[in-house]
Amino acid sequence: MEHFKNPRNMGEMKDADSVGEVGNPVCGDLMYIYIKVKERDGKEIIDDISFQTFGCAAAIATSSMITELAKGKTLEEGLNITRDDVAVSLDGLPPIKMHCSNLAADGLKKAIENYREKQK
Amino acid sequence: MNKPKYVYLDYAATTPMDQRVIEEMNAHFKDTYGNSSSLHSVGQKAAQTLVKSREIVASIINANRADIYFTSSGTEADNIALMGVALKNQKKGNHIITSAIEHHAVENTCKHLKKSGFDVTFLPVDNLGLINLEELEETITKNTVLISIMFANNEIGTIEPIKEIGEIAKKHDVIFHTDAVQAFGKIPIDVNEMNIDLLSASAHKLYGPKGVGMLYIRNKGIREGWGKYIEPIMFGGGHERDMRPSTVNVPGIAGFAKAVELAKEEMPKEIERLSRLRDKVIDFVLKNIEDSYLNGHPTRRLPNNVNLGIRFIEGESMVLDLDGQGIATSTGSACSSKSLDPSHVLLAIGLKPQEAHGSLRITVGRFTTEEDIDYFLEKLPPIIERLRKMSPLKKGKNH
Ligand SMILES: Cc1ncc(COP(=O)(O)O)c(C=O)c1O
Repeated sequence: MEHFKNPRNMGEMKDADSVGEVGNPVCGDLMYIYIKVKERDGKEIIDDISFQTFGCAAAIATSSMITELAKGKTLEEGLNITRDDVAVSLDGLPPIKMHCSNLAADGLKKAIENYREKQK
Repeated sequence: MNKPKYVYLDYAATTPMDQRVIEEMNAHFKDTYGNSSSLHSVGQKAAQTLVKSREIVASIINANRADIYFTSSGTEADNIALMGVALKNQKKGNHIITSAIEHHAVENTCKHLKKSGFDVTFLPVDNLGLINLEELEETITKNTVLISIMFANNEIGTIEPIKEIGEIAKKHDVIFHTDAVQAFGKIPIDVNEMNIDLLSASAHKLYGPKGVGMLYIRNKGIREGWGKYIEPIMFGGGHERDMRPSTVNVPGIAGFAKAVELAKEEMPKEIERLSRLRDKVIDFVLKNIEDSYLNGHPTRRLPNNVNLGIRFIEGESMVLDLDGQGIATSTGSACSSKSLDPSHVLLAIGLKPQEAHGSLRITVGRFTTEEDIDYFLEKLPPIIERLRKMSPLKKGKNH
């Protein structure tokens, strides 16, 4: 509930390096994950991250949580964040809402993959 | 402004009980404990309470006392009406006509009948939620045995043309059932003037107890009786004239009757008062909140129902934010139920799924004050603003 009431890292990032768009408003969920990447000690780090979400409270909370989890991590680590990590960090989600944490993890993956595509 | 204790704006889901109903029930819990089927005097006292209650409940829809059958809920009344008529009339025909916006109690019973081999037509509605009378008449075949159309919709508040449907049903000699759970006690109903054969109602939408309902079954002539066109779906003792067995819930029914008595007294005044509160909400939102619209009919609408579409945000988030401010509302949106599909009612009036996800239902009632509404209207705009900031959907983006 805390992450729904006071979501972290919320809003559009105008100068993002990459955006991951997932979901579909038809199903009641649409999520954008914005990331900004920086090199540090030869590693690519998620330096800044934000989200925008059209969805239920669980979708908002999971978006907020994944930005917290991913901030400061390497891209590799970011790709390895799973829906379970998100759900566990939120102290559990009802089964019907698990797809929301899937969405958040997928959104982050997509943002990272998009970023790598662009670097090629 | 001082914050009121708790602002309950979800009267269509259920109502708090009226204190006068609680007192009536308490007295009956203590004194009317007999089984209404028993011969001794405590049993007979219960039987008398039942007769009186039947009389009161019948009077609000201009029915005969003998045609009221108490049930355990609105859902049970719907089930008896649909299953009882379908099963009884199998030799005559197997076609049932209903609407696309029925409450699940009717919708899912119809789906069950369809799975069991009955032919069910789900009539579409227009974008205000009304069925089309010509289409209804064209859909009737010689196999049609039952028309079941709700009196007023629980989500969008649209009131169906019940009298006209009754005329069509009568003309074609088809039995007509209406789920009046939302309309009963709120707006005038006359089963004779409207040619209604079967009508479902429930006490808990009317400041009465949960788990008490009734089915009105028109007796079509003494010799014919209900036995000719409906049969029970539950079997046991002979209670409620073999229509609904099980020891009768006399205190609950006495509470239902008290609730009906109060509703009857207060109806004219309440229609006016609630309509004013309803229109205050609608006018304020449409005027002050960009990209908002009203779901349902602008005038053929329950006096206590507001259903708003708020673009770019999701209903459940609004409900939870409002709850955080001490305001109870509801949404037709998916995540609120076990399914993730948007409301079948909002889809049936032509909303896109993403629009259907963004609905907010506000339903007022006997204990709603002007202050409650002012408080709600003060809290709503900043909540919408916050959620819109969070949403990737914006004006001009095509999603
Ligand atoms: C239109 C309609 N029909 C049926 C019902 C079910 O009534 P009950 O809760 O008494 O089973 C409801 C209420 O939830 C309703 O709004």
